[in-house]
Amino acid sequence: MVAFSGTRLTCIRGERLVFEDLGFSVEEGAALYLTGANGSGKSSLLRVMATLLRPAAGELCWNEVDVWDDIPAHHDRTRYVGHANGVKPVLSVGENLTFWAAISETRSEPVGQRVQTALDGVGLGGLSQMPARFLSAGQRRRLNLARLLAAPARLWLLDEPAAGLDEGSTAVLESMITSHLAKGGMAVVATHDAVPAGARRLELP
Amino acid sequence: MRGFTDTLRRELRLALRQGGDSLLVVMFFVLVVVLFPLGAGPEPGILSRIGAGIIWISALLAAMLSMDRLYQSDFEDGSLELLVLSPAPLEIVVLAKAAAHWLTTGLPLIVASPLLGLLLNLEAEGIGVMLVSLTLGTPALSLVGAIAAALVLGARRGGVLISLLILPLFIPILIFGVGAVDAALLELTYRPQLMVLGALLLLAAALSPWAAAAAVRQAVA
Repeated sequence: MVAFSGTRLTCIRGERLVFEDLGFSVEEGAALYLTGANGSGKSSLLRVMATLLRPAAGELCWNEVDVWDDIPAHHDRTRYVGHANGVKPVLSVGENLTFWAAISETRSEPVGQRVQTALDGVGLGGLSQMPARFLSAGQRRRLNLARLLAAPARLWLLDEPAAGLDEGSTAVLESMITSHLAKGGMAVVATHDAVPAGARRLELP
Repeated sequence: MRGFTDTLRRELRLALRQGGDSLLVVMFFVLVVVLFPLGAGPEPGILSRIGAGIIWISALLAAMLSMDRLYQSDFEDGSLELLVLSPAPLEIVVLAKAAAHWLTTGLPLIVASPLLGLLLNLEAEGIGVMLVSLTLGTPALSLVGAIAAALVLGARRGGVLISLLILPLFIPILIFGVGAVDAALLELTYRPQLMVLGALLLLAAALSPWAAAAAVRQAVA
């Protein structure tokens, strides 16, 4: 059974202790929801999991192997969705997603078809040719989430993915996560919304 | 290698769509060069003596002017984080960005320089060597600049800071670039200077992707 886990993690940012002695684990087909007040360290924990931040202490393991020993492998199996969407206003919607899909994959098969399917999946299918500067904030967020579909990976790290989304899109996001988990994927989601019943939850102090 | 071509294509497309930017750099370059005859007086003797230096220094300033944009917009819109997290080696991505910077600013400067050489009354032999020295030197400027641009990410007044970081590092390139042209004008051998420039370029190509990638990782942490 594949597992992603952290033990005794400590994170210090700008001399401020964000969290210490924190442990978590996510198994195949399971999601972990991070909850807690603003500033409790949800984003920092996700950034640690993505290896953007190096923890001051503690271990981050994938199948008992330290993640920091093989960073490219970790980047290959992880998709991170942060607060910023990484959308270039002067590129078209399709060009934006094509670039991210191409650079997120080590396989060298063409990404064109998957990009269109992913855009259809988040309801941007008809806007592929449109310059991204005409997208609303919610549509930009959906374009960012489309990366998850266009370049599939085992582990999703989502930092408040529903921010700026309308009800319909939030439902689409939830079904994306459900079907990802059903296929044996894993997800860590920081959220302020209600956590689905039965899902595992980590409350940051 | 895939990360390189994908990033290069994206950067070039961005530069093309945003237009103007490389045109502005070339216009800045031309204007600075044109200011010198006005400031130093129009005697052809003086101008042909210092012409190579004028063109090289103007090229340094123009390259530096465009440097701070290398990662800035990616840093602000979150793209830089995603680039760091992509499985493609960050060193390759950074190298592609430096290559795109050279293609969109260095190359237009080289193209514009012969005309400016004529304007400054440089001899034909000098112009030829200047073209070669710029061709060897400007990629090194983009590579060194890629380190400095990554170091100042997130700093306030990054644009001013970057010039303080970068200009001292440009000095060796300037010395050998101008030295080659001067040697050619004096009908001396200029091969050694060009070879040193080539060596500096190779050194920058080998070292700067690592240094710039480390600085980028630091910036997004």
